Amino acid sequence: MSLLFAILFYAATLLFVVGLFQRIRTYANTPAPLKIPTTPAPITTGGVVLRMTREVVFFESLFKANLWTWAMSIMFHGSLLLVALRHLRYFTDPVWGWVAMIQPFGTYAGFTMLAGLGGLWARRLFVERIRYISTLSDHLMLVLLMGIAASGLMMKFITHTDVVAVKGFFLGWLHLSIQPLPAEAILAFHLLSVVALLAIFPFSKLLHAPGIFFSPTRNQTDNPREKRHLSAWAAKMESEN
Amino acid sequence: MADVAAPAYRIIPIIPALKPGAMEGKGPFVANEKINEALGFPGKMAENWQETHDAVIAKMGELLGKYRSLKVYMDACVHCGACSDKCHYFIGTQDPKNMPVARQDLMRSVYRRYFTLPGKLFPALVGARDLTREVLDEWYNYFNQCSECRRCSVFCPYGIDTAEVTMAAREILDSVGYGQKYSNEIIGKVHKIGNNLGLPAPALIDTLEGLEEDVKDATGIDVRFPIDVKGAEVLLITPSADFFAEPHIDSLIGYAKVFHATGTSWTLSSMSSEAGNFGMFIGNYDQLRTIAMRIRQAALELGVKRIVVGECGHAWRVAYSFWNTLTGVGDGADANDRFAQMLQKQLDHRYKQPAHICEFTWDMIQDERLSFDKSKNDKHIITFHDSCNVARGSRMGDFAGGQFEIPRNIIKAVANNYVEMRDGTTREQTFCCGGGGGLLTDDLMDLRVKGALPRMEVLQQVVDGHGVNFMATICAICKAQFTKVMPIYGFDRRMVGGVHQLVSNAIILGDK
Ligand code: SF4
Ligand code: SF4
Repeated sequence: MSLLFAILFYAATLLFVVGLFQRIRTYANTPAPLKIPTTPAPITTGGVVLRMTREVVFFESLFKANLWTWAMSIMFHGSLLLVALRHLRYFTDPVWGWVAMIQPFGTYAGFTMLAGLGGLWARRLFVERIRYISTLSDHLMLVLLMGIAASGLMMKFITHTDVVAVKGFFLGWLHLSIQPLPAEAILAFHLLSVVALLAIFPFSKLLHAPGIFFSPTRNQTDNPREKRHLSAWAAKMESEN
Repeated sequence: MADVAAPAYRIIPIIPALKPGAMEGKGPFVANEKINEALGFPGKMAENWQETHDAVIAKMGELLGKYRSLKVYMDACVHCGACSDKCHYFIGTQDPKNMPVARQDLMRSVYRRYFTLPGKLFPALVGARDLTREVLDEWYNYFNQCSECRRCSVFCPYGIDTAEVTMAAREILDSVGYGQKYSNEIIGKVHKIGNNLGLPAPALIDTLEGLEEDVKDATGIDVRFPIDVKGAEVLLITPSADFFAEPHIDSLIGYAKVFHATGTSWTLSSMSSEAGNFGMFIGNYDQLRTIAMRIRQAALELGVKRIVVGECGHAWRVAYSFWNTLTGVGDGADANDRFAQMLQKQLDHRYKQPAHICEFTWDMIQDERLSFDKSKNDKHIITFHDSCNVARGSRMGDFAGGQFEIPRNIIKAVANNYVEMRDGTTREQTFCCGGGGGLLTDDLMDLRVKGALPRMEVLQQVVDGHGVNFMATICAICKAQFTKVMPIYGFDRRMVGGVHQLVSNAIILGDK
């Protein structure tokens, strides 16, 4: 089982990194021929950085759009961040100071993550228009994330998985040496779900994460009168004249 | 129009219940062969479906490679629904396919099927669909129920702009001979005659002479409406509706009075007598550019120093955001950019190029070169309707949000009674009039009336609460749409007018 998981993790990580890189490269290489920021838009690059930061950190537009969705999303994403950082302890030896510091928060963030996800899913199930636009994969994605959160919490608070062994496995994994992994169904489930998440990331709506940085309505400066904006394929039209 | 009734008002804000299929149908009139071919599109759809199918997918691939917006927007939507209740067409029609995200999904489902791995492998799982004739008809219907107003893009956490998707869809439809009559016909007129209304130069000159007489009768002052004057300082580009439609013409008179009172030499161009650019509505870069090139040409031929744009929403967006890219009207071209330099050397860069007429007037007011008798507007209690393309697509002045402040400042400078409509329905969150984006056609009257509902509800509130009797706006489409639709809601059509109509009422001409 340890070997299998090691291979799965290598494959999924590879898929995640290469797939994501590929995707980002296509976004970066696709021209944005016209200036289309949604106004009121910043006039300077600094302003754009600020706007983007507010979007990424505080979900500013979502806040304007719908308070409930915003609250659930912030709760979920914030918790996810804490939880993910907390998991660095499984990959570092000795554990970095700040990782150790957030450890207690990271543990409880599992609960808020689950709650946020639950709220989002409830919206999808019970709000008519959100149900209308949901696909099967939208539901499954939430179920997958909830499964990861729930199984993680269970290992921490109920079955008490041997985390020292788990850490040994991942430290070994990092150095290409296979170490034994505790043979527990719940751990296997947790890890398999994470593998699945990594693997589907570059092919799914999770692309919203890199996508936002490339969204012309948000990342462009509002200065079309001051600076001529020309893409390569558009410039060619002029030389053909 | 007897069969079109206004929907009932509700207590706003409201999220309406879904009425699936409410706006299903054939969509607006389809452009005929002659109209399409004049723009270089195939006259009609191929008899053989497979041929059309392949052409659609190929065109879609092409656009995905040309527009980062489309590419990112097809991938990034998480179906969060933040945009779902933001579209005036959804609010007014209750058809779920008019939710911005659902409108995008009409295209996204096809994108997923043909351009993504999961869509190829597990279509049902990710909501991917084969492109069928029915799907294409659905595109035609629902992508012609979007006014490209971009309200949805304000609220989407990723800035996903349904207008971009709509434009791509319309471009694809045009590329296979499935274009919309109204927009394509108008573009044909611009190419042939120079303006959207098909007003030939002699008729235009006639109209302007008539206007000079009218203004002389009304004020006793010789206000000129010059055309094709070489060496004038300002070239005015305004929507052709300003030349004779009501109430548009009152704004044109206002611009002329401002130029007169400030002693600015100006001119119109008979060759380039249109600010509107329907190339944007059909999402076609070539059309957008060809139409805009007339303005470049007129500016070069007449040797003007400044280009000023009249009251028109999408025209201002095209002018402000795209003219520099398309034709070089603007500033900041590279030194080796000969195409743009040719024009930019001629223009006077102490001023913004192009400028909106409201920027022009506001500058003059601040320089105290205009004076007003505000009491002339006392019969009006005024509110301001932000036009979508000005509010969300372009700017005025040199600070973010100038497009909201400057028209309001002008109104307050020329009139005493001003009232704001409800928060959340003005400025960048304004509702579209319901007639933008190439939908200002009688065959879409039902949609237009329903799409105006949110604006009408909010207007009613200030009418009831503050006695508002005039809604000023700076868009030719808003003016045309509201004068037609508001009577159906029980308002007087003369309630709508331009900002420069108010300027015209109050401005003091002659010796001060
Ligand atoms: S652009 Fe405007 S009309 Fe089109 S979907 Fe968005 S809100 Fe609706
Ligand atoms: S707000 Fe944006 S991400 Fe959310 S459903 Fe609408 S388009 Fe998709």
